[in-house]
Amino acid sequence: MTESTVSIKNRAGIHARPAALIVQTASKFASKIWLEKGGDRINAKSIMGIITLGASFGTPIRIIAEGADEEAATKAIEALFESRFEED
Amino acid sequence: MIGNEPTVFTVLDLVDLDLKEQNSLNLKCVAGRAGLGRQITVPDLNRPGLALAGFYESFAWSRLQIFGRGEVAYLEKLEVEGTNQAVNTLFSYQIPCCIFTNSLQPSAGFLAAAEAGGCPILVTNLSSSEFSSRVIRVISDIFAPRTTIHGVLVEVFGIGILLVGDSGVGKSETALELIERGHRLVADDVVEIRCVNGSILMGQGANKVIGHHMEIRGLGIINITHLFGVGAIRDKKQIQLVCGLEDWDPNKIYDRVGTEELTTEILGLRVPKLEIPVKPGRNIPIIVETAAMNERLKKMGYHTAQEFNQNVLRWLESENARALYFNRDDYL
Repeated sequence: MTESTVSIKNRAGIHARPAALIVQTASKFASKIWLEKGGDRINAKSIMGIITLGASFGTPIRIIAEGADEEAATKAIEALFESRFEED
Repeated sequence: MIGNEPTVFTVLDLVDLDLKEQNSLNLKCVAGRAGLGRQITVPDLNRPGLALAGFYESFAWSRLQIFGRGEVAYLEKLEVEGTNQAVNTLFSYQIPCCIFTNSLQPSAGFLAAAEAGGCPILVTNLSSSEFSSRVIRVISDIFAPRTTIHGVLVEVFGIGILLVGDSGVGKSETALELIERGHRLVADDVVEIRCVNGSILMGQGANKVIGHHMEIRGLGIINITHLFGVGAIRDKKQIQLVCGLEDWDPNKIYDRVGTEELTTEILGLRVPKLEIPVKPGRNIPIIVETAAMNERLKKMGYHTAQEFNQNVLRWLESENARALYFNRDDYL
């Protein structure tokens, strides 16, 4: 299991477009991937799940991956958060 | 099964609850607003009669304190006698709040003491027993153990069915066809489940703001209420059956008879579970619909697979008896 904590750097937070980007990226990997905010943990391959998290600017999010390609998966999603989902 | 958030529930949350009709608590805060941030940590009530009389042993201070006619009459008597020591002692405890029922108004002296002690005073127009039964129902629901599950909750022929399975197996598509066939969507993707009274699993959407939306690959996000009408949705529903959808695995043995009952555990309760293999040409919504009807039959006391097997056994037995009868050597 690989874990990493990131924070949301784009002003708008995770709305539909960033959520779609995360799902697209996560779906490329075979590993199970979750995002966690506070005590809520959701499947990173589910758009509605990610939007339901209600992750706004500055919220810390934990990325958890488990499976054969877990390290690459965590890195790829981390990179998305770092790139501010290509926004702002 | 994922996620389990700790419950932080303050007095302000209690006043703020959006409850309707027979659940409404009708609470108003009349004093001690500074203390509205106090936490309610136990789903219990206490009538502070003994405490007011000066007996503080085993005083359940952490509960909601309910003041009915009796307590208020006693407070008035104390006021006339000019002994408010009991009231001051009461507010020296970190009690979450005092609730006056029957629209009873606490005296100015009591309100001042509450204000000084930072304890919120709430008033409701309900009677003590009615308020007690409502508030117990409401707060035990809030304190019920809960979890969030990745799946879709639908109501099919009155049975609450939780569809689970890996991403992309077709949970949402199955739910969409079920809705099209006149059934109801409760929650898509993220289902929040509470164990109510330790016996019922109640499922609902995790987020009211997001409401009844679904994500369908190729279409994007769709609004079920707008597309199919309010008849196609439901806010919450008891989970009575879990259907696990999975890609057809040729090496796995699937139930072919249905006499053995599989169950799965959610929050410590056992729920019947079906494993449904998905393969082109298998119409999953129809299978789920049939599973719902079969589940209703079982609840009515008719277990198809067992009944069928009983009939086969009875038939074999009668055949044996006939054979025995015809093959007897001493038969006339």
